[in-house]
Amino acid sequence: MGDLGFIAPEIILLIGGLFVFCLDVAYDPGVGKKSGLSYMALSALFLSAALIAAVLQLDIEEPHVAFSMMTVDRFGSFIKVTIFSGMILTAIAGGRYINRRSGNQGEFWTFFLMVSLAMSIAVSANNLVLVYLAIEFLSITSYMLAGFLRENRRSNEAGLKYFLYGSIASAVMLYGISLLYGATGSLYLNDIAAAFAEIIGDAQEISGLAFAALPAMLLILAGLGFKASLAPFYQWAPDTYDGSPTPVATYLSTASKAAAFAVLARFFVVGMASFEVNWAPVLAAFSIITMTMGNLAALRQNNVKRMLAYSSVAQAGYILMGLVAVTSVSPSAMDGLNGVLLYLFAYLFTNVGAFLVVMALEEAVNSTDISAYQGLIKRAPWLAAMFTVFLLSLTGIPVTGGFFGKFYVFGAAIQRQYFWLAAIGMINAGIAAFYYLRVIQAMFFTQDDEAETLDVPMALQTSLLICTIATIWVGVYPSAVLDWVSDASVQLLTVVP
Amino acid sequence: MESPDSVVLTVLLFWPLVAALLVILFGSSDRLIKNGSIWASLLPLGLSIYLLFAYDIEGGGMQFEQVAEWIPQLNAGYHIGVDGLSIPLIFLTALLSTLSLYYSAGVINQRVKEYFFLMHLLEFSMLGVFLALDYVLFYVFWEISLVPMYFLIGIWGGANRGYAAIKFFIYTLVGSVAMLLAILGVYFATGTFDIVEAAAAQPFAGNLTLASLAFWGFFLGFAFKVPSFPFHTWLPDAHTEAPTAGSVILAGVLLKLGAYGMLRIMLPSFPEASVYWASWLVALGAIAIVYGAFVCVAQTDLKRLIAYSSVSHMGYVMLGIGAAATIMTPDALASAVDRFGLSAEAIQDSAAMALNGAALQMFNHGIITGALFFLVGIIYERAHTRDLSLFGGLATKTPHFYGLMLTAAFASLGLPGLAGFWAELFTFRGAFALMPYWAAFGTIGIVITAVYILYRIIQNVFLGEYDEHKLPHWTTVEGHQADGPTDMVGFEKVTMWPLIAAMFLLGIYPTPLINYFNRSAQELLAFVRNLV
Repeated sequence: MGDLGFIAPEIILLIGGLFVFCLDVAYDPGVGKKSGLSYMALSALFLSAALIAAVLQLDIEEPHVAFSMMTVDRFGSFIKVTIFSGMILTAIAGGRYINRRSGNQGEFWTFFLMVSLAMSIAVSANNLVLVYLAIEFLSITSYMLAGFLRENRRSNEAGLKYFLYGSIASAVMLYGISLLYGATGSLYLNDIAAAFAEIIGDAQEISGLAFAALPAMLLILAGLGFKASLAPFYQWAPDTYDGSPTPVATYLSTASKAAAFAVLARFFVVGMASFEVNWAPVLAAFSIITMTMGNLAALRQNNVKRMLAYSSVAQAGYILMGLVAVTSVSPSAMDGLNGVLLYLFAYLFTNVGAFLVVMALEEAVNSTDISAYQGLIKRAPWLAAMFTVFLLSLTGIPVTGGFFGKFYVFGAAIQRQYFWLAAIGMINAGIAAFYYLRVIQAMFFTQDDEAETLDVPMALQTSLLICTIATIWVGVYPSAVLDWVSDASVQLLTVVP
Repeated sequence: MESPDSVVLTVLLFWPLVAALLVILFGSSDRLIKNGSIWASLLPLGLSIYLLFAYDIEGGGMQFEQVAEWIPQLNAGYHIGVDGLSIPLIFLTALLSTLSLYYSAGVINQRVKEYFFLMHLLEFSMLGVFLALDYVLFYVFWEISLVPMYFLIGIWGGANRGYAAIKFFIYTLVGSVAMLLAILGVYFATGTFDIVEAAAAQPFAGNLTLASLAFWGFFLGFAFKVPSFPFHTWLPDAHTEAPTAGSVILAGVLLKLGAYGMLRIMLPSFPEASVYWASWLVALGAIAIVYGAFVCVAQTDLKRLIAYSSVSHMGYVMLGIGAAATIMTPDALASAVDRFGLSAEAIQDSAAMALNGAALQMFNHGIITGALFFLVGIIYERAHTRDLSLFGGLATKTPHFYGLMLTAAFASLGLPGLAGFWAELFTFRGAFALMPYWAAFGTIGIVITAVYILYRIIQNVFLGEYDEHKLPHWTTVEGHQADGPTDMVGFEKVTMWPLIAAMFLLGIYPTPLINYFNRSAQELLAFVRNLV
């Protein structure tokens, strides 16, 4: 059973989830008593173990297929490292938030570990049924978490909305998968790719059963686009992010999105390699619509949490730009896939940080409105400074990770001569600056001398500091991350038939 | 043992960043922050003076270069160096930064720590742009410079500061993202981010469409910063709302970044596109000169007036650069020889003159407009208004202030004997030979400049009878109640006199400064001449 070692991150998370669950059932702290932060600490420990296991797989020599359905490669490991880091930071920061609002600690952290497990499987899956199951697993646990604050109507709404949209998206995706199975007789991405390559042959013309791939790609894009909150499948996102508990919104807008992009990348780059000329323009159109819609909607928000929700829709548009410009022929330094990975890495730390600031203010003054941020520089100078770093990173200003992310995806677009796509991205960067700066303006430009200093919990501060350091580190010295990134994308691209 | 010359630029560049961090970490009292900042800023100033003397003009080219690995995956490195074009501008940056810090120590009493932190950060970013010889490095510094200025306008600015700050940020951001796309284009065409190597590789040579796209990408980035007509609309707002030192740095150095970029990047990298679009640059420059001057005449706010005068004066820079751009290729030079019936040498001399005029104007405008914005700040601290209709007859009340304003204003309109004259002379002398009609059109601006300087500033503010009912409330610079306008005090004089002295010195004997600029102008012309 040599394969077990290769799925160590998943096994650790599964054991962790079950352990927390059993502990919750077996150990009753008594009526009215809260179990404190011990469940959170336990979850963070399991996540850290999974992180270490994923880090060890970062320099795996050859892609390894474990149990025939999971491909363990550098690409998946890099995404897993990114996702687990985000989940750990969220867990540490969000422990107190959840502890104060809900009595069902064990339940929450069980789901939290299960969500991580689901993402981890989705990232590695090379079989479409496993992809579907992982995505469903991720969705169902996420519905639970989004609606976790049962007393809170907004949280209920968040969970329900996510559930209703999500079920339809899954059904649509499943239909797409069945089309592909019908056309090629296989559910494995590599076999599908090989089958289509054979059908299309050297003629480079789509004929016969290959036509089935076109609707199938659109249907699967709809299902995954829902997870990645691409326009026009993003309508659930603002309400869900806004209503769900902030730690849940944090991972929904970061880790969960990273997982969705990893699946998208694997599906299109590996499975649909023969149809690149067909899907690249479609993805380009989605990219443009997504970033434009997200930005325009974000402009009008006065609630910072909601603004970040729309902003994360817009950011998905930029990330998609990298996927459009993937060069499957000969990977170069500025390949689109590198752009996707670097962007995801930088974006994860940045956006987790931004949501944690929202959480800090929600904890302190119980408001997410922009007015709560007035004069924050006086009340919590370091919080304001760190939020500024995150907002500048989201805008794409050096020396933050967000800058190099944008640099790479714009670069990839220019390299593939998508000048119009890059130009629209450029205009969008200008629009986006406006709403990010509004928050900075509120924090810095006015100050009230009477204001009291804010109390920010130590755990939250630690998480924020790590996010800030990571964001600036990628912005100042991206070289270290770039090595992982390019190894990861080279390994994904080499399996393309 | 490496010679100290090999690290002098790195020390010069990073010292302001160190100073900024020291302010944040150890700035325990306002007094310590202010004094420490002023002393700290003397090091870059001293090093920039050292560079002026240590640079070997005869040898020319890039000197004091330093190269280190940064992002090997992209072939982007830490590459910095100086030549005749950047050395005087680095000196200007260091000088105005020191003076601004010194002046600010006297007038800024709110949120002192943040203010001085941002001022050091600003100096760091500006020095970085002038030093960088790598596109990624250049762009990084270019963008960082936005952030401190945004905060300076937004926190210490006037009533409408929020609007002005965001307008400044977004306008320049849109321009710079366009530049980013052009940088990426150059990278894929040449495979390097090194500015010097990329220019030598001549990206998009022979493909005028792509070269023009890249040219305009860069142009948008630079034109927003210069600002060139019609991209100038952010400037009056930003200047009017910015605190005094912010305006000084903005006009004195930040606007120069754009013109510097045109000279450093656009002309050598895209000679064909430069020739093709040169008449556009010249036209935009000439229109800016005339339009800016006319708008100045209509202003009622003294600071806004000087802001628009910057639009007009930066037009000279564009005019000079555009005129020189007309002969960037051998073909264009040959056709100019035919058209004007002059020798190739004479045409090239005119181009060198236009380039020298543009560079001189960059430097002199920094000194002169810097001084003018300081002077506006000095009167504003006392009157708390800048409405021109409320002033009058200040000459008798504030003779020292009057004298300095007179000098700076005359330098601004180009009076012979003061610094501004030579820049205008060189620019127009060069441009007349290459683009006679647009240059002639531009001269209208000189006349109008005299109108707004003499009539709006000198006559309106200083001459005539002093009427105490016009503006009853005056304070001293410390904010105490005063009976009427009080003259400049010690720290204001110390701030002003170096700039005034520079105006006289460069007005009487500009040769040393021209030597630096001429060296790099000749190098640029030789570079494009030697391209096959």
